[in-house]
Order: sequence, then C-alpha cells, then structure tokens
Amino acid sequence: MSVVSMTVNGKPASADVEARTLLVQFIRDELGLTGTHVGCDTSQCGACVVHVDGRAVKSCTMLAAQAEGAEVLTIEGLAKNGELHPVQAAFREHHGLQCGFCTPGMIMTAVDMIRRKPDLDEETVREELDGNICRCTGYHNIVKAILAASQEMR
Amino acid sequence: MSDKASGEGIGQPVRRKEDFRFITGNGHYTDDISRPHQTWTCFLRSPHAHARIKSIDTSAAEAAPGVVAVFTGKHVADDELGGLICGWTVTSKDGTPMKVGPHPILALDTVRYVGDHVAMVVAETLADARAAAELIDVDYEALPATISLATCQDETAAQVHPEAPRNTCFEWELGNKAETEAAFARADRVVKLDLTNNRLIPNAMEPRAAIGEFDKGSGIYTLHTTSQNPHVARLVLSAFVGVAPEHKLRVIAPDVGGGFGSKIFIYAEETACVWAAAKVGRPIKWTGDRSEAFLSDAHGRDHLSHAELALDKDGKFLGLRVKTIANLGAYLSTFSAAVPTYLYGTLLSGQYDLPAIHVEVDGVYTHTAPVDAYRGAGRPEATYLVERMVETAAREIGMDPAELRRRNYIRTFPHQTPVIMNYDAGDYEASLDAAMKAIDYAGFPARKSEAASRGKLRGIGMSSYIEACGLAPSAAVGSLGAGVGLWESAEVRVNPTGNVEVMTGSHSHGQGHETTFAQLVASRLGIPMEQVEIVHGDTDKVQFGMGTYGSRSGAVGMSAIVKALDKIETKAKKIAAHLMEAAVEDIAFENGTFTVRGTDKSLAWAELSLAAYTAHGFPSGEIEPGLKEGAFYDPTNFTFPAGCHICEVEIDPDTGITKIAKFVAVDDFGTVINPLIVEGQVHGGIAQGIGQALLEHGVYDAESGQLVTGSYMDYCMPRADDLPSFTLGFTKTESPSNPLGMKGCGEAGAIASPPAVINAITDALGIRDIEMPATPARVWSALQSAAPRAAAE
Repeated sequence: MSVVSMTVNGKPASADVEARTLLVQFIRDELGLTGTHVGCDTSQCGACVVHVDGRAVKSCTMLAAQAEGAEVLTIEGLAKNGELHPVQAAFREHHGLQCGFCTPGMIMTAVDMIRRKPDLDEETVREELDGNICRCTGYHNIVKAILAASQEMR
Repeated sequence: MSDKASGEGIGQPVRRKEDFRFITGNGHYTDDISRPHQTWTCFLRSPHAHARIKSIDTSAAEAAPGVVAVFTGKHVADDELGGLICGWTVTSKDGTPMKVGPHPILALDTVRYVGDHVAMVVAETLADARAAAELIDVDYEALPATISLATCQDETAAQVHPEAPRNTCFEWELGNKAETEAAFARADRVVKLDLTNNRLIPNAMEPRAAIGEFDKGSGIYTLHTTSQNPHVARLVLSAFVGVAPEHKLRVIAPDVGGGFGSKIFIYAEETACVWAAAKVGRPIKWTGDRSEAFLSDAHGRDHLSHAELALDKDGKFLGLRVKTIANLGAYLSTFSAAVPTYLYGTLLSGQYDLPAIHVEVDGVYTHTAPVDAYRGAGRPEATYLVERMVETAAREIGMDPAELRRRNYIRTFPHQTPVIMNYDAGDYEASLDAAMKAIDYAGFPARKSEAASRGKLRGIGMSSYIEACGLAPSAAVGSLGAGVGLWESAEVRVNPTGNVEVMTGSHSHGQGHETTFAQLVASRLGIPMEQVEIVHGDTDKVQFGMGTYGSRSGAVGMSAIVKALDKIETKAKKIAAHLMEAAVEDIAFENGTFTVRGTDKSLAWAELSLAAYTAHGFPSGEIEPGLKEGAFYDPTNFTFPAGCHICEVEIDPDTGITKIAKFVAVDDFGTVINPLIVEGQVHGGIAQGIGQALLEHGVYDAESGQLVTGSYMDYCMPRADDLPSFTLGFTKTESPSNPLGMKGCGEAGAIASPPAVINAITDALGIRDIEMPATPARVWSALQSAAPRAAAE
C-alpha cells in the first residue's frame, strides 16, 4: 500500500492504495466519483475517459500512482458554478445520449477533441471518436452534438 | 387529448428529463451502488466447451486471504434450488413438447460451454475473490464439443443434453404445407437461396452487475440488478428458482446502461448473488467485466436457412417455403425458444400478399453460450430472409426491385397472413416512395458511373420491413406457449399539491421513458412536465410489470398509463362536480382546469388535488378521499411498425472495404410522442444492423469451442468512423390496436438495415449472395472469385 495524492476536480485527493490500483479504481472506489465508468477490460471502449493535466486519458490504462501530483478532471467537475459545459449542454440539446453509460467518456473525449482541433468537421469527429464505443445512438447525434459545441466554443 | 401549445405536448421534441444526471456523472448504475459491509464475488468459469467435472477442491481457495465463502453446484443442489427456466414452451410438429435439459445455477457434474459457471468465490475485495478463484482445483475430463450449426444434428455429434437426441430441442413448423407445395407446383419461377444469419453478441455498454442482500430481521432479500424487467426477475427467482417467496424479494433495476434484449433474461450470476447473500449474511456484489459479458450474456441470431420463393410469370409471389436451423446454445435462456419460432416464422410474410407459407425450424443445442432475444429478436432474421429473397428474385427476373415489391405489397387492411399475424394498418408504398425520393433513387445510375470513374463499385439495396411489436395480447401468446401474459400496468398517484407520480411496469434503460411518459401525462393533465415523476424499476414501488423489450413500452406501457389517467379524470370530475355543485356530466376538463359548462365556475388542478385529500364535506359513501388509480392494459393485437430502408454503398475493389455512402430510413411508427427520441432509437438500431451486416460476428473455434471473438479487440463493434449520418423520414398510419395509435420504434433499425446493406453490396459486386458480416476480406475474396453478374447473365 502507498499513499497517492492528486488534485481531482480542483480539490486535493489522497488515498492509501495498493500499487496495482488503476486510476479509474482510485476515482470510483476511493473518491466515490462514479460518473466515470468501466465498459471493458481492454482499453477499447472509452467509458472511463478523464482529463489528466488537461489531456484526455483512458483512466483504466494508467495506474493511480502514475497520476501522483496530477490535475485530474472527471465528468463531475466539468460543469462550473452550476452551469453546464457547452459540450454537456450540446449532448442534451441534440439527444447525444440514451442509456448514458458511455456518455461521461464521450463528453470528456469531446472536450479534449475540441481543445486540440477547433476547426472540427464531421469526418474528423468520427475519426477522433474511434476510441469511444456507444451502443445506443449510432453516433449520429453524438457527432451532431460535438460539432454544435465546437461551433459554439469557437 | 388536450395537447398544449407549450412545446411539451405529444409530438414535440422535448429534451430529455433524465439527461441531466447522465451528463453530469450523477447516474446510479448498479456498479455505482455500494452497500454497507458488502463483499465481492467472482465466478470461476469453465475453460472447456464440454467437460465432465470429476471433482472440485475448494480448500485452498477457502483458506486464501479475504475469502468469506466458496460455493459450488453442490451447495446449490443441497439447498434444493431450482434451475433457470425458459418461459416459453414450443411444441414440435409431432406434438411433443420441446426437449429441455436442466440449467443449474452452478454446474453440478458437467460444463456445457466456455464460460459456464462452476464456482462462486465471495471475498472482502474483488481482488481477493479473483485471486482465490485461481486456487480452486477442478478436475475436468474434457469431452468432444458440438459447435457447428450445420452438423450438430448428426448422429455422431457430441450430445449437449441427454434429454435432446441429435441435439434437437424442437422441430417446429408453421403455415400450410399442402397449399405451399401446390403454389410451388404451379409456379413459373422458383428462386432459391441459402442464408446465414450471423451470431451476434449484444454488448450493452454497461456490463451486467448485481448486489444481493438479505435482511435477517425481516427475512427480506433485495437484489439490485441490471434488468430490463425486474418484476419478471422476481417472479422467476421466487416461483421457479425458489430463492425466496415473492413477497420477501425486492428487485431493483436502477439506471441500466443499455439492454438490447440481453438484460431481459434471468442469469446465474444475479441469482447466485441474492441466494448466497443469506448464506454469508452480508451483501454480495458482482460486476461482470467485458470478457465475462462476451462469454456469458445471451447471444443473438445464429440461423442457417434454406428458402424458396415461388412466383408467377408477372412476378406475383405465390408461396414461400423455409427451413431454418436455429442455434439455442447450450441451455435454454429465458425466452429463447420463442425467438426463432413465434417471433420469426410469424413475420415471414413481410409486407407482401403471400398466399402460402410453410416454415420449419429446428431449434438445436450446441456447446456455446445460450442464444436469446437480441434487438429485433427473430424479426431481423425473418426480414433478412424475406428481403434477400425478394431482391434476388427481382434480379433473376430482371425487374426493378422496387417494382417487384410494389406488385406484391399488401394494400388492404386488416390483412390475415398465412402465419398467424393479422396486420391492422399500414401503407407500404408510401414509405417506399418516400425512401426512394430521399435517396434520389432515380439518380443512382449517374452516381454509380461517377464512382466507377474513380475506380469504385457503387451499389444500392432496399429493405421493406415489417415487425410485430406491442408484445402482446396475453391470450394470443398464451395459446402459443408463453408462460406469462404480456400486458402492462400503470398507477397514477396525484399528490395533494397536484404533482404526480406515475408507477410504470415498463423499464427505461436508454429509451427515455422519464420524458415521453411525462409528456403524455403532463399533456393530459395540463400541468408542466417537471411536476410529473416517472417511477420504474423497483418491485417495492411498482406493483407488477412485464418490463421493456420488443418495442412494447409505448404501445403497451403508455396505454396502461392512458387507462389509469382515464380513471383519474373520471374521479377528479366527480370531485369537481361536488365542489362546484354541478352535475358530473356538466364538468369539462381542459388545460389543467375543471369548469362547469355554461358557467364561469372553475377549479384549478392543484386546488382539486388538495381537495381530494382534505376530503372536507365529501358525501360519505359517494366519494372516497384521495386521487390514485391503477390500470392494467392488455393489447388487442400486436402492432406492426413497417417502412423502407435504402442503403447505398461504395466498395474499394483493391481493399474490399465497404463504405456506407448513404442510408435512408423511412418508418411508419404510428403516433410519435417525441420525435427526437424516436429518431435516436432508429439511429441506434441502424448502427446495430450495419454492425451485423459489415462488422460483427460471434465466432467459436470449431474444435475447441473457445470464443474467438471474446473482446473488443476481436469482436468488431461499430465505431463512429464505420458509419455515416443517416437520413430519416416518417410516414404515418395509426395502429387501431391501442388508444394512442402507437406502433413501437425500438427495433426497426436493427431489423430493416442488414438486408438493405447486403442487397447493396451484392448489387455493387454483381454477385448473388455474400455472408454477413461482409468484411473487407469476404468482399475482396468475392471479387476475386465471382464472375460479375452481367457476365453470368
């Protein structure tokens, strides 16, 4: 066991965990932030995407210890002062979610995508979403929501 | 129905009420829930497709750190727990009932597929449980396995269950054999095709999970589980498995991350958690990982069929005969026997006036995971067969596929098919016309030439589908072998402050019931949607319900709410008449206000609600206090959503990669409550159908029975860059079989799209058939080996 400390959603977070603890387990089990989901065991589905030091990361692919000292942002920390992030609002407006399970990962991926590529088009969004699987929406409205949010954030 | 102009009424694209919790990470899925002092469990699964268990030594596991208990099939047998059941009995054509092998919760002496449940380890942490499971010493005697659907009925094939010789569970038939033979005898042309409907693995994004609990003081068991139908789970667990009496078992299905059929069924893991919780005296939590989901969730489809279509010289269909072998897997899952029979054979008339049909289906066991309903369930298999046959016939007789369909469409309703179904309403040509217009069918030859100039092969294919939804009239399904009725229940509770809770037996796991159902209630009562709460998924809150599958929640679930609202209105008017000193017949209710016709007297909804509970001065015996009504709705018929999907593909002959260039779907779902949600359902269904046609295939090794496609590295899920944006359209004929005129929209996309895609690919390649999934390798191979159709002709 060893103590791992990081900043999660702007607040200091620290826990004594086994060395093998994954970042997603730290977030879900130690901090009780269950908005970040686990949809697979091969780092394919992207339901667990969070931001580590501003970049989208599949939190099942990294050990909690690797995030020592990092700034981590999860879906719970995305809305500020009760106001939805434009990507969250766009997912709602364009019906970009159904069961909601892949949604946190989709939204965190989309926020990072828009940051890196302000001039998104449909083809780019679809390519960029390659690491996030949704079984409900056929991606149609997710793509629409991300393009709308990216327009709004320009 | 008093639709409000406020934008929340029926037909409005209201944004979903449930979204806020999901987009902010505040949903409550089963794995998000933890109970005080809970333990964790994991299951030891069979590494063999077929083996005899000679012995199990759990002593090392029991002594491992953190282990609370280890259970095997012997413990289950000692407690005299029943096995898992199939709730539908299919009768073979010789009159004998289907042959069912036992389906124990933990294997007793034989394992029958890779992933079969052998032991359960309960420990302080998941890591402890997993580590201990590896210490269980199972002495297996590996046996030959039957994997291939084509040879599983051979005398020499290894037997899955001794109860079912030649691995045959049932040999079922439907239709009129003699009339069909006669139709073929007078046919001018017979079209024949062998078709495979590929095995699919459902893959809802949330893996199955469960928390079992037992309260010693009250003797009440609680199961949190990822279920599409918690009441049915409770019924099976109490009446058949015998875990606990029904009134001592509470089943809660909280937020559920997709189902697509796979979460209808009552599985071993969830059952074991609630059973074992009493034995260890602490809550037990299980969260399946994706690898377990691949191995043990019920799979879908998996048919081999031979079909023949008889036509006269004008292209009029005379008869259809079909022989299908349907894989049931190693055990009969909850609804498995119904899927390749009553949900399949009954839809083989498609949208066509087909005077004679005869279908034979052999349901067979193999040493693979159980196969059961997956989005569409039987209807995609029927549609694939019919629409591939029709397209093939059109090509063979040199007629435009649209024209051949037009010549054979059913045009008058009601229409009795030769295979049970009585279609109540539809306009098939309207959706065909709309789809052809939307895709610019007339402009296709130009697009094909343009693609050819770039070295690409372009093809177009259509699919005129029909499905039977609104499951289902209880008497009808009862006569066909169902062990349950398929009505739905609702209870409307009006609180003293005027807001409303609606308990529904439907379950939402992505369908947006919290929004559409609230739209219905708010519009009917003339109150804002935020004053309506839709309550579902908890057997303690909702008295009973049949759950959500088969696109039934609108047509059946909402109809129950309509009936309850009718009763609410009747009673409220009675109260209003008393309060305003008028006759009940003179009370009008509109936009949330009760008025006395011809006067200026009025009473607002909230005032009436409060009065219902204060009950001051109610004439005793005439009006009971309170405002709460329940209803059960049993549909009078199935509903028949139908439409036309057209797909245009472009194939790179160098790589075999198929790109969906255009996809148009025009659907007739009857009344639409929320078009935003309905479109979303169609999008998702199309994606799953395109997945089946191009990408997805559950593959077992033919010898070892190992699941080759056991992860997202091997099972090709549709991703965003595999799909285009879709063009949707709607036509409308209302269903006369329920009060709202709804038909159901949840499965249409998955039903209609696979034949459209394959018809487009075979058109592009100029070949007769290609097996699903039409992977780049298969397409490329087809291009190398097949003579182009033009040359063959």
